[in-house]
Amino acid sequence: MYNEKVLEIFANPRNVGEIENADGVGTVGNASCGDIMKVYLKIENDVIVDAKFKTFGCAAAIASSSVATEMIKGKTIEEALKIRNADVVEQLEGLPPQKIHCSVLAEEAIAAAIENYRSKQK
Amino acid sequence: MKVYLDNSATTAVEKEVLEAMLPYFSDIYGNPSSLHSFGRQALKAVDESRQKIAALLGAKPNEIYFTSGGTESDNWAIKGAVRASKNKRRQVITSAIEHPALLETCEALEKSGEAEVTYLKVNKEGLVDPADVKKALNDDTVIVSIMTANNEMGAIQPISEIGEIVRGEGVLFHTDAVQAADTLDLNVNALNVDLLSLSAHKFHGPKGIGLLYMRSGVRLDRLINGGHQERRQRAGTTNTPLIVGMAKALEISVRDRERNVKHMTELRDYFIGRALNEIPYCYLNGGTERRLANNINLSFGFIEGEAILMSLDLKGIAVSSGSACSSGSLEPSHVLLALGVKEELAHSSIRFSLGRDTTKEEIEYTINTLKEIVDRLRGMSPLFNIEKRTGSYV
Repeated sequence: MYNEKVLEIFANPRNVGEIENADGVGTVGNASCGDIMKVYLKIENDVIVDAKFKTFGCAAAIASSSVATEMIKGKTIEEALKIRNADVVEQLEGLPPQKIHCSVLAEEAIAAAIENYRSKQK
Repeated sequence: MKVYLDNSATTAVEKEVLEAMLPYFSDIYGNPSSLHSFGRQALKAVDESRQKIAALLGAKPNEIYFTSGGTESDNWAIKGAVRASKNKRRQVITSAIEHPALLETCEALEKSGEAEVTYLKVNKEGLVDPADVKKALNDDTVIVSIMTANNEMGAIQPISEIGEIVRGEGVLFHTDAVQAADTLDLNVNALNVDLLSLSAHKFHGPKGIGLLYMRSGVRLDRLINGGHQERRQRAGTTNTPLIVGMAKALEISVRDRERNVKHMTELRDYFIGRALNEIPYCYLNGGTERRLANNINLSFGFIEGEAILMSLDLKGIAVSSGSACSSGSLEPSHVLLALGVKEELAHSSIRFSLGRDTTKEEIEYTINTLKEIVDRLRGMSPLFNIEKRTGSYV
C-alpha cells in the first residue's frame, strides 16, 4: 500500500530532532488518536532557516513530517503557510487514501509552529 | 533474513497438503454431484475427507458442512439460527472480542431488526465469565456464540463450561474455533458445542475452504441458496481439491500437535520474557495462563504500532498491529480496548504469531531487531526523552 518513496523516506527521515530555543514550536494531534506531530522552527527575518520534528505516528506520519520540514526550509513564513497537504502528498509521490490525514497533520503542525512564532512577536 | 510471524493471519500450505490436492485440479476433476465415473471418483475423495475430518473432531460425517471459510461459517451459524427460530423476539449472546466475521454479522441482524444482541464483557485477560453467560440468557435467546480462542491476544475461553450452561438451557451454542485449530484439541463433545467454525488456511491448509460443524438435530436456515450440495444445506459446487487439502492439513495438524505446541510455547515464553526484560515500557496484552501457544501481543509505549510493523518489514520480519493506522479505521483494536488497554497503548500494539516452523534463530533476530527499532522510533517520538530514557503521554 505504501510506495517505495514513502518507505524510503520513512526508513531515512530528515530533520528528526528538536531545536533548542526554537522561535516557533507547534504540536498537533493526540496520543489516543494515534498520532502527534511536533515541529520546531528557527526563524530569522521571517525566513525559516531550520526546521526539525518529532512524531509519534505511523510510517506516513513520519514520512510526511520529513518532507514537510524539508519543504519549508529557506522559505519565508508567508511562503511556508501556502504549503498545502496536497503538496506534501505530491512530494511523497502519493499516499494511500486513509493516510491523507497524515499530510494534513503536517500542514497543521507547520501552521501551528508559525502561529506560535507570531504570537511571540507581538 | 526473512521471518514470518503472522501465522494468525494465514499460514503456508504444507507440501504434503499441496501434493494431496494436486490430482484433484485437472486429473480427477469431475463434479462430485455427477452420477458418472468422473463424478463418483471425486465424490469418493470428498467423502473420505469428510470422514477423516469428522473423526478428528469427534463428530459424525453428516455433521460436517463445507463452506468457503470461517467468515461464511460464522455468518451461517448466527443468521441461520436466528432465521430458523420460532421465537417472537430473538436474542443473540456473544462477546465483545469476537472476530469481525461474528460481530459484523450480529450488527447486521440488529440493523435489520431480526435479532437483539448482548455483547458480554471480558476481564483484563480477555476471558468471558461463564456466570455472565448464565445471567444474560433469557427466554428469547436463540444462540450463544463465543470464540474458542482470540485471534489478537490468544485468550482461550472456557468453552466447555459455557457450553454446559447454554446447552443445559436448550439454547444453541456456537464457537468460532478458527484461531484455535492448529494448537487446541477441538473435540466437539469435549467442547460441548452445537456449532463450530473452522478455516483451513489457519492450519497450513488452503485458503477459500472451511467448515461448519452442525450437531445432529440442529436446524439452520440456509445462507446460500442453489443446488442440493451438502445435503441441501449449503449450495455451490463441491470444491474437491480444497476439501481434500483441508482434511490433509487437519490430519497433519492433529498428528503433530503435541510437538508443535511444545515448540511454539517455548519460543513464545522466551520471546515474551526477553521483550519484557529488555525493552522498557513494553507490556504484554492478555494473560499468560490461558493463551494460545503461538500468540504474543505486546504494546510498546510512546511509539505507534504501524511504524513498528513497517520498520520490522523493512528488516524482513512480518507481523501485524492493532493500531488504527494499520487497519484503515480510526479506532484501534476493539479487542485490546475491551481488555481495558489504554487507547495510546492499543495504538502501540504488535502481534507476533508463531508457526510450527518458526526457529529460535528467527526469534533471536526478531528480538534484537525489535530493540533497535523501538529505540529508533522512540528517538523520533515527542513523548519520549531518549537521553533520560523516560516518556510521558502528557
